[in-house]
Amino acid sequence: MSILINKDTKVITQGITGATGLFHTRQAVEYGTKMVGGVTPGKGGTEIDGLPIFNTVKEAVAATGANASVIYVPPAFAADSIMEAVDAELDLVICITEGIPVLDMVKVRRYMEGKKTRLIGPNCPGVITPGECKIGIMPGYIHTPGKVGIVSRSGTLTYEAVHQTSTRGIGQSTAVGIGGDPVNGTNFIDVLQLFNEDPDTEAVIMIGEIGGTAEEEAAEWVAANMKKPVIGFIGGQTAPPGKRMGHAGAIISGGKGTAAEKIAKLESCGIRVAKTPAVIGETLVEVLTEKGMLDKVTVKA
Amino acid sequence: MNIHEYQGKEILKKYGVKVPEGRVAFTVDEAVKAAEELGTQVVVVKAQIHAGGRGKAGGVKVAKNLEEVRTYATDILGKVLVTHQTGPEGKEVRRLLIEQGCDIKKEYYVGIVVDRATNRVVMMASEEGGTEIEEVAEHSPEKIIKEVVDPVVGLTPFQARRLAFAINIPAELVNKAAKFMLGLYEAFVANDCSIAEINPLVVTGDGEVMALDAKLNFDSNALFRHKNIQELRDLTEEDEKEIEASKYDLAYIALDGNIGCMVNGAGLAMATMDIINFYGGNPANFLDVGGGATEEKVTEAFKIILSDDKVKGIFVNIFGGIMKCDVIANGVVGAAKQVKLDKPLVVRLEGTNVEQGKKILSESGLNIVAAESMADGAEKIVALVK
Repeated sequence: MSILINKDTKVITQGITGATGLFHTRQAVEYGTKMVGGVTPGKGGTEIDGLPIFNTVKEAVAATGANASVIYVPPAFAADSIMEAVDAELDLVICITEGIPVLDMVKVRRYMEGKKTRLIGPNCPGVITPGECKIGIMPGYIHTPGKVGIVSRSGTLTYEAVHQTSTRGIGQSTAVGIGGDPVNGTNFIDVLQLFNEDPDTEAVIMIGEIGGTAEEEAAEWVAANMKKPVIGFIGGQTAPPGKRMGHAGAIISGGKGTAAEKIAKLESCGIRVAKTPAVIGETLVEVLTEKGMLDKVTVKA
Repeated sequence: MNIHEYQGKEILKKYGVKVPEGRVAFTVDEAVKAAEELGTQVVVVKAQIHAGGRGKAGGVKVAKNLEEVRTYATDILGKVLVTHQTGPEGKEVRRLLIEQGCDIKKEYYVGIVVDRATNRVVMMASEEGGTEIEEVAEHSPEKIIKEVVDPVVGLTPFQARRLAFAINIPAELVNKAAKFMLGLYEAFVANDCSIAEINPLVVTGDGEVMALDAKLNFDSNALFRHKNIQELRDLTEEDEKEIEASKYDLAYIALDGNIGCMVNGAGLAMATMDIINFYGGNPANFLDVGGGATEEKVTEAFKIILSDDKVKGIFVNIFGGIMKCDVIANGVVGAAKQVKLDKPLVVRLEGTNVEQGKKILSESGLNIVAAESMADGAEKIVALVK
């Protein structure tokens, strides 16, 4: 089992004829993802690699039965693409695009109220259920099917965590990149809730960073609701205030959103926090060993 | 992106937000001429730098005649102001705002931000104007009143009035204050601001509601649709290395340490700074070469890191995903040769084609220290720069 996506998820790519969209669509097909088509306005009726292209998301859904989409549309048009996918009533939309104006995302969130679609991202690496379905830009081969869920605001740090677990014989149920923007579709709590209910996820790694208070809220939720061990890492302990550290959302403003505050909150809510990004895997093993759960999550050769 | 106070006020005026009459001046003579043109008894000479806390640092003076304007302008222009927002090195004043003085009855605070918790734009107001709003937020949060804005209808007049009443604007001026707030909101959304802060907003003896200061920040992701805002960028206020990096689409931020960092991905770049610090070192910069780093980008990144005299060694930390390690390795070798690198270089490679990458580095003939892991690399570079 897994969360959000699995071997039956049928995926379309919005922006399939762009260089990035096409490259990652091919990578997904190679990984085994059920790609069923793509959307590029004006190129409807044509095909690429045997995948049908449509002018609108609605047509693509009607013709292919897709229930998820991934967006590689340039930032100026990406918000509109998300709304088009929401309007077509897809279950899941994953927006990889980085650099969407934040006020566009404010409108998108308003538009999504009362609609069924879940949005992951934007500005995220995507979601992968190892061995079944890869939607996004993460390198597939570092993943191992297994029982640890990963949720993160950062792409490369997610790969780091995946790698550190895989090399210790621990696989992942699903790895979710929620993205580094201040206004996004899905937060830590949403994903933690899904992992909590997933019978095949035994533990969770949560990777946060400076800016906002999403980690603190998630920690409180974990203390009150989570039945499974959660370990954490927070990036940006040395980041200076007032400077945007690459991600649009990674900024300490008005003295709020520091790593120190977040780490203290996580620890006080029972989440063991890795001291450095190099010991995320080690910290997980430590906690699972203490709880006598290590055997449960280790992949048998 | 930041702009100066006088530029912010010019924008606000277009949206019906009342500001004191003022002129920008780049020289002492221009300052005196501006004061003459304004023709009021009292004018204020205000240093224009991209940082708050100017008043306390001696960057704002009230002049009662043209002679005083000349004295203050001479004093402030070229002066390096050190405030709580500039860092210890301070900022040199290159521009002044010469503004009509006004008869302040009371100071308030009004600000607009994008609130992550509600995913909406929020307008905040407080009766405690003129001071550090962060301090008010910390010690008496109940004194900050908020209105969450529905993007479909925008800030409504009733919300603006509710804010004005809540912060005790005199009843006869509430409509003027509401008009001010509606204009401010309009300016915020029309220009894709990320922050709009009026501190203080004042009511004057002649019954006006005015912005005495204006701080506007803009969402850099939205600048593509605001050519007029792009033109307001003042490069002298920015770090030269950060400007150079932005030309190559590299996210670079200068820090105080001596270990240059080159990393792919913002999260890993931040975490790399942290781990260097953990092992007792100090990062000289944050640098994210991005997912699609080319050899050219890697070379430029190296040049920028090395243009910082404080840098005593470099740590390259790459988790190659889509970006392959052999490509990065070629970039590093090419760049090291081109810039004739004579400082310690530690490289940690992981991910796609890692073995090929390591082979390229070891066969390059360059003095590159290979690291087995991120921790190993951090320890090694910290030891090498000691």
